[in-house]
Amino acid sequence: MKKTFLTAVALAAVLVTTGCSSGSDDESAAPTSSGSAAAGAGAATTGKVTVLAAASLTESFDKIGTLFEQLNPSAEVTFSYGGSSGLATQITSGAPADVFASASPATMKTVTDAGDNSGEPVTFVKNQLVIAVPKGNPKGITSLAALAKPEFKVALCADAVPCGAAAKKALAAGGVTVKPVTLEQDVKSALAKVKLGEVDAALVYRTDAKAATADVDGVEFPESAQAINDYPIVALKDATNPSGASAFVAFVQTPQAQQVLADAGFQKP
Amino acid sequence: MAIPAIAGLAFLVLPLAGLLIRAPWTTLPERLTEPGILAALRLSLLTATLATIVCLILGVPLAWLLARTTFPGRRFVRALVTVPLVLPPVVGGVALLLVFGRRGLVGEWLDTTFGFTLPFTTTGVVVAEAFVAMPFLVISVEGALRGADSRFEEAAATLGASRWTAFRRVTLPLIAPGVAAGAVLCWARALGEFGATITFAGNFPGRTQTMPLAVYLALEQDLDAAIVLSLVLLVVSVVILATMRDKWVGVP
Repeated sequence: MKKTFLTAVALAAVLVTTGCSSGSDDESAAPTSSGSAAAGAGAATTGKVTVLAAASLTESFDKIGTLFEQLNPSAEVTFSYGGSSGLATQITSGAPADVFASASPATMKTVTDAGDNSGEPVTFVKNQLVIAVPKGNPKGITSLAALAKPEFKVALCADAVPCGAAAKKALAAGGVTVKPVTLEQDVKSALAKVKLGEVDAALVYRTDAKAATADVDGVEFPESAQAINDYPIVALKDATNPSGASAFVAFVQTPQAQQVLADAGFQKP
Repeated sequence: MAIPAIAGLAFLVLPLAGLLIRAPWTTLPERLTEPGILAALRLSLLTATLATIVCLILGVPLAWLLARTTFPGRRFVRALVTVPLVLPPVVGGVALLLVFGRRGLVGEWLDTTFGFTLPFTTTGVVVAEAFVAMPFLVISVEGALRGADSRFEEAAATLGASRWTAFRRVTLPLIAPGVAAGAVLCWARALGEFGATITFAGNFPGRTQTMPLAVYLALEQDLDAAIVLSLVLLVVSVVILATMRDKWVGVP
């Protein structure tokens, strides 16, 4: 009886010890494996990263965001797209965001002048304008000069937003005076007016025309070389997730992300 | 009661105070005389007034129909009338484009028959504003009609007045305060209209750029300019609403 009891105690002790030891094995294994993963892919990013990006980056950044989340499964990237200048105003007014990707150095300057950046902005792509026309180019618009004809309805971006500033530069370079019917608040709105058939042409970025190939054709024109837009990106000073912010800024410059941007029609910086 | 009431008041008034505090008072005089502001203000007042007139012409008979007659599906029609109230204005703008746009159901016919298109015109702004603001008028007038005693109209009819005479001479004076209140609401809504306007009529200074559009675009570039524009719109609308209410709506 006593012997049985002792055996039971011994058995229990063995069980407890093996249980403990296997448990401690698991615990020691876990940090090792995550440590090696972190070493392999730089610092693993966790938490939410909020990116304010120019409307023209919508399609590319959605893809880049997915790639980033695949590489950093515990990170979550959310995007807010809009006219760059509006986004810049939001940032200088204290909008909570981690990264700002702008469609022009001028709007980026608004943010850096206010001291809201953390580190220097980096130009990560360039973009240039094309003439967006409805699919099949029914009005046969092939040059910038054609837009000056009074029978064509043309949409431009407002001067205040980068695509409007670029359009102004390109038109000046070509010596063309266009009377637009509307000055849209961002490039996607200008494109929408072409898609809906409300205007015959709009000056939009090549990437926007490419993203909408189902509805519009992009007509290249030589004067657009005079109005190439640099796209700067920067981590923000008041970022709630500073490590996530710098990780995303770095990721946008990796060959993998650059490939996505090139596929969308952006040029290398 | 007093505490939530004061909280409610503060909630509504504080953002306005924010505008006043943040306004660039030192540069205000020169900013106010910028030509763009006057053009946008004039366009806003003009289009909001025209939209209100359109709403009165179409909305009062519609309200009468809803309040004084019975027909199958009246409840459904009444619900349809209020749709623009809940519809995001941008969606309203897209819907207007699909109907009155150059390739729209009605717009295409207008274009081919008369060579006339609505988008990007001042008329387009009026259409967008009227679409969004009309429910305010219809609901107010319908309420007034339901509150008015229909026996006066019946008496007028027994005395030989035609339906139109009875409406004009009896009903309309009875519901005048309701119509005025509805018109003021409708005008105020039209004045502040943004989404449907920028979507349907686009944005061009002097032609379709109303004050709210000018504020939005100024925000893209120059926060101070946006604040000044907002302040102008605020002052003009408060002054007009205050005088209109006292004069015609007869609120004690």
